[in-house]
Amino acid sequence: MPSHDVMPNMELYQPVQVEDAIAIADRLAERGWLVGGGQDTYGWLKDRAKSADALIDLSGIEALRGIREISDGIEIGALTTLTEITDNSVIQSQFSLLADAAGRVASPQIRNIGTIGGNVSQDVRCWYYRRGLSCYRAGGNLCYADTPQGMNREHSLFEASRCVAATASDTAPALVALDATMVIQSLNGERTVSAEDYFVGPAIDIENTTDLRPGEILTAVRIPSTWANATFYFEKVADRNVWDFSLVNVAAAFKVNGGIVEDSRIVAGAVQATPRRLTNVENAVRGQAKNAATAESAAAIAVDGARALAHNGFKIPLMQNLVKRAISA
Amino acid sequence: MNSKLTRRRFIKGVIFSGAAATTSTGLYLASNAQSGQGAAERLINLNINGRTRPVDVMPSETLAYTLRYKLDLTGTKIGCNRGECGACTVLINGIPNYSCSVLTHNVKDKAVISIEGVKDADGTLHAVQAAFVTENAPQCGFCTPGQVMSAVALLNNNPRPSRQEVRQALSGNLCRCGAYEHYINGTLRASGQIA
Repeated sequence: MPSHDVMPNMELYQPVQVEDAIAIADRLAERGWLVGGGQDTYGWLKDRAKSADALIDLSGIEALRGIREISDGIEIGALTTLTEITDNSVIQSQFSLLADAAGRVASPQIRNIGTIGGNVSQDVRCWYYRRGLSCYRAGGNLCYADTPQGMNREHSLFEASRCVAATASDTAPALVALDATMVIQSLNGERTVSAEDYFVGPAIDIENTTDLRPGEILTAVRIPSTWANATFYFEKVADRNVWDFSLVNVAAAFKVNGGIVEDSRIVAGAVQATPRRLTNVENAVRGQAKNAATAESAAAIAVDGARALAHNGFKIPLMQNLVKRAISA
Repeated sequence: MNSKLTRRRFIKGVIFSGAAATTSTGLYLASNAQSGQGAAERLINLNINGRTRPVDVMPSETLAYTLRYKLDLTGTKIGCNRGECGACTVLINGIPNYSCSVLTHNVKDKAVISIEGVKDADGTLHAVQAAFVTENAPQCGFCTPGQVMSAVALLNNNPRPSRQEVRQALSGNLCRCGAYEHYINGTLRASGQIA
């Protein structure tokens, strides 16, 4: 693989107002590339695997930073860094699931600049796609990973459609578990979409991982108070404790009363192109005691429908065990 | 031959001419960019190690590139150049970041401290540097500038960290020699917890 010492030459826009950023994003559409912390962006550009005419750097827009309490829950500006989320006292006390997930992303330096908006909007992990090969996701007509010799240890168990790449985000499953809403702005105004619907799999749109369209900017994430102070569980398993992306992660929220699970949201990450909400497990544990016996029987159905590739079969028992721990913890 | 023309200077000369060629292309792109609102100006003032100086910066140039090839601050090392090793760690407004993965245009309103800026004005080593020497922390030394920056940032915010807190703070800096324990001991020594 050729190595490139420098970034390619591109235009750079550094708006300080959301309105200006939207106007630029709308005018440039596919020719512009939105950048938050840039920690996913710069690899693509340095590798010459993707390109655009211009970077639209959102990091100077103060209005997109910070964590505010709103009438129902909290609103996190999309440019808020993962470190700021991990260290925030309101998130730590009410939504510790998100603080735990954000604190497990990459490395301290990356969390210091990487943003929540960027973490949920980053592209999928796949050696071949990120190498710049012309695979399905890159507009081509084959998949290099789902072949007998393909390196697919990190890839999907579910919902593959031509592309078998998996989502890399640690915060995305936590946001789905917390029933968050994504706030998106464009020249047409503001629209909101649930975190569950923000993430898009290859069967619906193979070239995008999110519902964001050219000209749109993710400006905030709202977390309702519905799951505040619930019983949370987050666990990420990766090859290394720092830098590495999840092989499987699980984010879960339980409302427990007298030892009985009244309701729950259980989400697994890195097992398909989007966070996978395990509604069958949620249904199975509703009204049951939150203990090892319930965990044992519910975990068995967590992987219903999984289809292992040549090298990622280990993810099936790994995912089962993480779901089991989430319920019994 | 001029005895002052050391090997390092000769190599720098070659790199500079390469950079100049790239810059002329960048100038063309930047002049286009200035037609729109919020487009970045090429000539910016950078506050590096307490000194502000004007630098001509390409629109998509990384801070590591600017430090090494424009400002001659070669203490900052470029290891992987993609945020996976930590050798290029610098402090931006006191916070450790990978300078290979930050655009120089992003730091124009901020204070940057590189490894050249941690010692005292009279040349006395920073407590972290002195402790790393005592602990024989560096082996090959390539990751050391980044390790120093991460340790300095930690001690600025947390003067008496636990061993676990040091491990966490240095976890974004790879050392392929495996001298991690030396760096952790050095950081604890700098904090006065190992005499």
